[in-house]
Amino acid sequence: MSEKAMNMNVETPKEPVNAMNFQLPKELQVKVKTRDVNVHYGEKQALFDINLDVPANHVVSLIGPSGCGKSTYLRCLNRMNDIIDIARVSGQIELDGVDIYDKNIDVVELRARVGMVFQKPNPFPKSIFDNVAYGPRIHGLADNKTELEEIVVTSLQKAGLFDEVKDRLKDSGTGLSGGQQQRLCIARAIATKPEVILMDEPASALDPIATAVIEELIDELRQNFTIIIVTHSMQQAARISQYTAFFHLGYLVEVGDTEQIFTNPVDRRTQDYITGRFG
Amino acid sequence: MTDILDHQIAERDKLANPRHDWASDNARRRIKRRYGRDRLLRIFGLGAVITALMLLAILIASLTYTGYVAFYTTKVKVEIFLDPQKIDRENPGKTKYRKMTKQAFNAYFPEVKNRKDKRNLSKILSSGAQYIVRDYVVSHPELIGQTVSLNLPLSDPFDQLQKGVIPRRIDAPGKNSGKNDGNGEKMLNPRFKSEKVLVWFDTLVARDMLSSPFSWELFVNADSRFPELAGLAGAFTGSLLALLVCFLISFPVGIAAAIYLEEFAPKNRFTDFVEVNINNLAAVPSVVFGLLALAVFINFFGLPRSVPLVGGMALALMTLPTIIVSTRAALKAVPPSIREAALGVGASRHEVVLHHVLPLAMPGILTGTIIGLAQALGETAPLLLIGMNAFIPSIENLGLMEPATALPTQIFAWGDSPERGFVSRTSAAILVLIGFLVMMNLVAIYLRQKFERKW
Amino acid sequence: MFGSLLIILLTLSVLGFYLGRQKAFVVAGGKRSQLHSRPLYHGLYVAALVGIPTLLLSLIWVFLQRPVIDALLLQSLDPKAITGLSIAELSLLKSEIKSVAQGAIFGDPKPIVIEAADRLNHWREIANWAMVATCIAIGLIVLIATRSKIARLFRARERVEHLLDLLMIAASVLAILTTFGIVVSLTIESLRFFDRIPFFEFIFGLNWEPQIPIREGQVTGGGAFGAIPVYVGTFLIALIAMLVAIPIGLMAAIYLSEYASRKMRAIVKPLLEILAGIPTVVYGFFAVLIVAPAMRNFGAMLGVEIAPNSALAAGAVMGIMLIPFISSFSDDAISAVPRSLREGAYGLGATKSETIIDVLLPAALPGIASGILLAVSRAIGETMIVVMAAGIIATLTFNPLAPVTTVTVQIVTLLIGDSEFDNPKTLAAFALGLTLFLLTLALNVFALRIVRKYREQYD
Repeated sequence: MSEKAMNMNVETPKEPVNAMNFQLPKELQVKVKTRDVNVHYGEKQALFDINLDVPANHVVSLIGPSGCGKSTYLRCLNRMNDIIDIARVSGQIELDGVDIYDKNIDVVELRARVGMVFQKPNPFPKSIFDNVAYGPRIHGLADNKTELEEIVVTSLQKAGLFDEVKDRLKDSGTGLSGGQQQRLCIARAIATKPEVILMDEPASALDPIATAVIEELIDELRQNFTIIIVTHSMQQAARISQYTAFFHLGYLVEVGDTEQIFTNPVDRRTQDYITGRFG
Repeated sequence: MTDILDHQIAERDKLANPRHDWASDNARRRIKRRYGRDRLLRIFGLGAVITALMLLAILIASLTYTGYVAFYTTKVKVEIFLDPQKIDRENPGKTKYRKMTKQAFNAYFPEVKNRKDKRNLSKILSSGAQYIVRDYVVSHPELIGQTVSLNLPLSDPFDQLQKGVIPRRIDAPGKNSGKNDGNGEKMLNPRFKSEKVLVWFDTLVARDMLSSPFSWELFVNADSRFPELAGLAGAFTGSLLALLVCFLISFPVGIAAAIYLEEFAPKNRFTDFVEVNINNLAAVPSVVFGLLALAVFINFFGLPRSVPLVGGMALALMTLPTIIVSTRAALKAVPPSIREAALGVGASRHEVVLHHVLPLAMPGILTGTIIGLAQALGETAPLLLIGMNAFIPSIENLGLMEPATALPTQIFAWGDSPERGFVSRTSAAILVLIGFLVMMNLVAIYLRQKFERKW
Repeated sequence: MFGSLLIILLTLSVLGFYLGRQKAFVVAGGKRSQLHSRPLYHGLYVAALVGIPTLLLSLIWVFLQRPVIDALLLQSLDPKAITGLSIAELSLLKSEIKSVAQGAIFGDPKPIVIEAADRLNHWREIANWAMVATCIAIGLIVLIATRSKIARLFRARERVEHLLDLLMIAASVLAILTTFGIVVSLTIESLRFFDRIPFFEFIFGLNWEPQIPIREGQVTGGGAFGAIPVYVGTFLIALIAMLVAIPIGLMAAIYLSEYASRKMRAIVKPLLEILAGIPTVVYGFFAVLIVAPAMRNFGAMLGVEIAPNSALAAGAVMGIMLIPFISSFSDDAISAVPRSLREGAYGLGATKSETIIDVLLPAALPGIASGILLAVSRAIGETMIVVMAAGIIATLTFNPLAPVTTVTVQIVTLLIGDSEFDNPKTLAAFALGLTLFLLTLALNVFALRIVRKYREQYD
């Protein structure tokens, strides 16, 4: 994943390219707020002055050609970039008004509050039950076995997987089909009761039927979670998200209401991308 | 009715609003504990790394500490009159110089008259000193009849005394020998024959007759019963010859096998079997190769024991897997586009390999070969079994079919010797051996970095 | 003799190369593009056909000549003179004849010996000249025959490449031959051993005293060949070594792969590799020089008696030697765990230690386990450390402070300085070698199988 981000080819465009500041409707609560975020991988700059507000209990999709920085941005939000030695993040990223890059912020707590689902399903080589129970266990979210079981069952139910696996919770998570594995990973992510779920192209490795199931699931999860999703597919963004942000060459080109972005984009580059002139 | 509904809504909210109170004391305590465990693992890991490095440091430091004294020899300057009446001018090498050397040395102590004392006195000088005089006369026959001044080595106990390795006195083995309170009874170190010899030795020191030049003997001499004269030249030659044989066999055979397996071999059970064999050979204990060499080369084919040819052949069989594996890796690293390009202009598959792939893979192959040879250089057990630990007091008669010793077996032999001087000799030999290994590895690293290509 | 023959054969081969190439030029008649193969290949073809068979023939001849002549010599001896002689006496007689033949005459050899020595010299001379003559004759015949085959459409390149293939296959087969040689030679000598000492006594015997008299009248022990104490000692030392190497090696691997900065890794890893590259004889000397005395003093401080050649000292030093082995295997296994798993754990808010212990180590377990198995196999087969630092006397004990002996120590002590192949003492070394080979082979095969299975899981 990060390799992709590291290898991307970032050129500095000649004109100012970042989006005009888009205002969310006043009644919406801002869950994640980013101001002037820059990311460097070693010498290369991967993101340029990103400003973006994510409203609570909505789905925001990040779209753009590959290597545009959307995954890099996503990985800033739960500080997954910390794992990469050469990555350097500057600017301000706030979760509920608190700077998550502040010294006093604990990444472990942050990542529990901002969960993540990855491009390729990555269940641990453990049983289905242990996969889902792992987060609650390490964070101490259950006081006893019954509570833990309850959390596992609810999470699997919410991920729409419970009925398929209820008889084989002890089987290995790696034995499931690709779509089931990804839903297991979603169940694993929601079991820690996060507030925000980051999804990095969660359906890219899945077949159309499994993708449809996941998309439906995302729409349901919106009730309880704030979801930021990176996607390759514009149709998917249009189907599942309320807001869409378009990234290009490390710049956030345009943000807006999903419908507006897809029907009436302001920026020419967005238009070109959506109409398929590059991508 | 509303109650039930309320309850249901509350239930739903519990799930819908699954906020965990991260600020609660419980949660804080838990996170603290988790980080504590993390720190613990980190400390354990760092501790393990430091332990390993410390052990390496202790190993090197202790060998250097005991070994550095062997790089110089304590010598005494003695004036010797090369008496033309005692030396056969026609054949100076055949003359006995023992008496002449002893008398020249004892002449510095005219007060010593007693025969027993005289004998003890002359034992300060190395028993090998006479041969140094002999060699000097042989190479300078024109000086016969004159008085020359030669630096002759001291015998081992005095050499070690001057270097501060052994004490003059040791704790007497008595009732309180276990406690070292400094008041325990001291006795003369039994390595010295009498108190008198120490007085004579001090006289030599007082007269400023002793010097400590660099010990070329360590490098140019062959083995000797006297540690102050023992050198590595024989062992070095033996190792060189054995490595030469090892290289001449394992290099071409290893490359040929690797090319076949990597480029030409069909995927079938035979090649699978060959590969399994090679992998297993790499892990067979070295002593088993010694048994193989003993049973096949010496017992069956009747080759002589102790010779570098057999040693080199045994080492070659051990090095072969290393070379095959690294050659295959190097061949694999050459991109298929090169092969396709050459095939495209009409080269045969053999020409592709010989003209293009092999030259490009050569740096990698050489790196692997050098590392394999470095392993072979340090290998001891198989050489021991085929008897390549012969006592070689002269380097004149060394050849592929002559009895020989090698650096590691020499270290083993010296490490087993009782004389104190051999302890530092062994350490010094180890330092020399490690020096060679480091050099070989540096060459390998240099080759790898210089010719490494990123495709 | 042999050396000059090699030079002659080499010259003949080079001559073949030039003659073959020259013939190719001639048949091409100036139009080299009309040749199927370049003249170079024609030359190589002749050179290879001249050189390789004659070289092989001469090698085989040299190796077989000695046993054949020896057998002939034995038959030619007057039967009356050798009846009633034991095998040992016979071989003594044989070596006496040989040394007389070489001109080293000690004392007064019997006339039968002198006569045999003359005969030996005579036969050797005949055999040598016959070898030279045969090889040169064959070489010349082949040269003329192959050269005459060269024609415009002669496919010399294909022939040469075919020969190359054969050479390469032969080289690959050498690996099999080596294994075959190990198995056969060890088995043959072991069978000869089990002729004298019952198999079950060797496998289950509790007493190992191989010092049996070689000559009559020598005062030695009774001679018992029960391998159990030797194996107990081997496993005791290997166990101590693993107790040192596994925790340090595994922990160091965890630290280096997950906690250490890139810079620290770049410094520490090569240093650990130095530890791995140090010859074992050096470790052996280190054990004798530093570790054993230090342990002894430490034991004396506590009032515990520790033997100078205790299993503890030898095992601990062997453990040090195996640290880099375990750590590099574990490091590889941990690094090979897919990045996605690591991110999955971090993404859930796991700390580093939780990620390592809950996710990375379980996933890397097969790799680590096979590394440990290979390390055990090394510990069992390691020779020099124990030869220098462990005991020679086999005592059946599990006490790590007592001296114990190992399989490899016994092999070396039984074989040093004694090369006669016909007494149980020497043959016992081969029986031990066979069991050692089979044991390490089983461990290696098992370890490689685990690794292979594990690779499939993630590919």
